[in-house]
Amino acid sequence: MFEILLDATVRAGTPILFATLGAIINERAGIINLGIEGLMLIGALAGFSGTYLSGSLFVGVIAAFCATFIAGSIHALITVQLRGNQIVSGLALTMFGVGVTALFGKSMVGLTIVGFKRVAIPGLSQLPFIGKAFFNQDLLIYFSFFLVFMIWFFLYRTRWGLGVRSVGENPAAADTCGFSVSKYRFLAVTVGSGFVGIGGAYLSLASTPMWIENMSAGRGWIAVALVIFAGWSSPRAMLGAYLFGGITAMQLRFQAMGTTISAHILQMLPYFFTILVLVISTHRLQKGASQQPEGLGLPYDREDRK
Amino acid sequence: MTDIIAIKNIRKTFPGVIALDDVSFSVSRGEIHTLLGENGAGKSTLMNVLTGLYHPDSGQIQIAGENIHFTSPRDSLACGIGMVHQHFMLVPAHSVFENILLALDKVPNFYSRKKYKEKVQKLIDEFNLDLDLDTPVWRLSIGAQQWIELIKLLMRDCKLLILDEPTAVLTPQETARLFNVLRKLKEQGKSIIFISHKMREVMEISDRVTILKKGRSITTRVRGDFDESKLASLMIGRDKVPQWQKNLQMSDEIVLDIQNLSVRNDRGLSDLDDFNLQLKKGEILGIAGVAGNGQKALAEVLTGLKNTNQGRIYAKQKDITNSNARYSYVAGIAHIPEDRKTIGIAPDMSVDENLIMKSFKSGSFRNWIFQNKKAIKRNAEEKIEQFAIKSGPDGTPVRYLSGGNIQKVIIARELSEKPAVLVALYPTRGLDIGSAGYVHKVIADGADQGMSTILIAEDLDELLKLSDRIAVMFRGRLIGYVDPRNTTREEIGLMMSGETPGEKV
Ligand SMILES: Nc1ncnc2c1ncn2[C@@H]1O[C@H](COP(=O)(O)OP(=O)(O)OP(=O)(O)O)[C@@H](O)[C@H]1O
Ligand SMILES: [Mg+2]
Repeated sequence: MFEILLDATVRAGTPILFATLGAIINERAGIINLGIEGLMLIGALAGFSGTYLSGSLFVGVIAAFCATFIAGSIHALITVQLRGNQIVSGLALTMFGVGVTALFGKSMVGLTIVGFKRVAIPGLSQLPFIGKAFFNQDLLIYFSFFLVFMIWFFLYRTRWGLGVRSVGENPAAADTCGFSVSKYRFLAVTVGSGFVGIGGAYLSLASTPMWIENMSAGRGWIAVALVIFAGWSSPRAMLGAYLFGGITAMQLRFQAMGTTISAHILQMLPYFFTILVLVISTHRLQKGASQQPEGLGLPYDREDRK
Repeated sequence: MTDIIAIKNIRKTFPGVIALDDVSFSVSRGEIHTLLGENGAGKSTLMNVLTGLYHPDSGQIQIAGENIHFTSPRDSLACGIGMVHQHFMLVPAHSVFENILLALDKVPNFYSRKKYKEKVQKLIDEFNLDLDLDTPVWRLSIGAQQWIELIKLLMRDCKLLILDEPTAVLTPQETARLFNVLRKLKEQGKSIIFISHKMREVMEISDRVTILKKGRSITTRVRGDFDESKLASLMIGRDKVPQWQKNLQMSDEIVLDIQNLSVRNDRGLSDLDDFNLQLKKGEILGIAGVAGNGQKALAEVLTGLKNTNQGRIYAKQKDITNSNARYSYVAGIAHIPEDRKTIGIAPDMSVDENLIMKSFKSGSFRNWIFQNKKAIKRNAEEKIEQFAIKSGPDGTPVRYLSGGNIQKVIIARELSEKPAVLVALYPTRGLDIGSAGYVHKVIADGADQGMSTILIAEDLDELLKLSDRIAVMFRGRLIGYVDPRNTTREEIGLMMSGETPGEKV
């Protein structure tokens, strides 16, 4: 019972984990991206179409990454190069994503593909309690574990990562040390968006191997909120994503058991609890030093005095 | 001598301001070249042009005789030009190590933390600095932050080093240490552009001095061809240095009584330790001490920004211990903070608004619930004239002002409501000599009218000139008092390092 629930938790949490990681990369470089929801949809559709047309899941994932990389570069162009308002641009990206996927997704509705299969990792999958849930999963989930570590390593142990963080904290400091603020910000937005796209692709290639209009169902917004819960750190993002996944898994279980509580209320629970935890945890965070990148949301103009 | 860099007819304007009108000067190999000019003359702007941060509207920069066009600081770094900015370019949330690493050249993407930490630590040890590599920079004192900026510059191999007011926040001892480093660099053939408002330093270190006035370079003088008063008169015109007389009469009324004050900081160490002080009406009480010996905590406690762990503070017999800033103000305590950009001003608001920030509730600046724009404007014009604030076009946000002019805005505001007590931390830090003289005059005149001042400063000349009494602080304790009329710099210096005094006043 516990194992089944934990397994469902990881599977439900993974798309949000990817999206949160992507958003963290954006925000670490100082750019707010409210286009996550739209990017997830673009990733889901691109992933599904890519796989449907080529017959290869790998091609689907690459297609999702590339499509959202390009969509993200619109946001990057507006916010980094043109110094536009990040909130407005992000919201526009979400609306664009919802619209464009509804339009081009019409022909994909009802089609099916063979989704990601579980691959048990010998040895580890035999571990008691957690073995099944974490090490008898599909390749994208393993990739998400890897990504959590990679992002942490990248941000804290490489010079490029130091550049990304500095550009998000105090772009003038990075600039005067010879780092190109626009290059770092642009790449952080586009690559981050690409990971969000893989989160979308997880929905259409693994969770339910088909394309359904608006299938992200607000997960992108949860990811935006989880970034704050995670304090802009990738390991904590994992915690947040699985929290959401866990409650989703539980409410599904309730529904399956046939309770009399309305399904609508149950479906609301993951969102409700995530926000609740978020409010409590940020309240606690604010007492200590704020972990929010100081330059978040602020366009950088070299000739402007701070 | 060979010029390593020459600047020709540089012009740079910002909306509504001509920051640089027409500047030409050159720097030779192995010289220390000082830029001197009033607040807002354009020194920092010129240096930002030189490092590629600002694009000049017109004019040329020549390196080894060839025109060079910088598009970013990266380009100027590549040409071997490095700079310490007047306003720190640090990432406050990052550790000391990360801030220095950011500035290092040729660090591979996958660097060895151990190796680079050792490298940085070596330089820190060389300078005898007490810096922990893993502390986040926001926790450090301004002086320590200045050293990090200096280390960032020194770890790069630059041909031309630009130092924009590096000594403003250093103690005299630290300045001496820095000067030794600069002299060594000079011997190695490096060139240095140095900016400071402290004449003593300018005289000591400069090979040549270029004077900047209202965005124009008016003259360059070689060592031997200038002295303090000559430079001052070239820079501001002798007539403009304000004159004042100190009134030696003082009442015995005690306006501020500090008893057994103890304050611990967030690391649990004592910032103030059983500190006692009585301030008389109309008195200017100087507080001498090496920065970081509790001066800041004292100011913050008095102005209600920090709570005490022990002890009482009475303002005119009223207990104001642990009251908030607003309350302190009602009790008549004004504050010129050390960190002007973060707690001194509201950076995005205009000069006019910043000037009334303490008195906006008073009748004169409002009509019922609305602002009285006319009165606010009139007040601003008055203050701008009085303090010679160079403020740019109407409605300019304060953050655009030059460092010294921001300081003037704060002082003008704090003194506007005729406070009973003024707590001033390094009030003339970053001010040109004319403005510093004016601030001295305002404080001295205020004392005549009964304002008491706690003057926290590092500059002993300033303390000796202004104070009626000087208290010396060491490690959060009061070491003793000296009488500025019969003491020596040496005596104060000894007390600042913790030795108990021979005589008490
Ligand atoms: N980025 C900017 N935007 C608008 N105005 C600016 C900017 N930078 C400088 N200025 C203006 O240019 C003028 C010169 O400023 P600058 O900082 O160069 O003076 P400074 O000589 O360094 O003075 P200080 O001794 O006070 O540091 C000032 O009037 C300032 O308001
Ligand atoms: Mg300056």
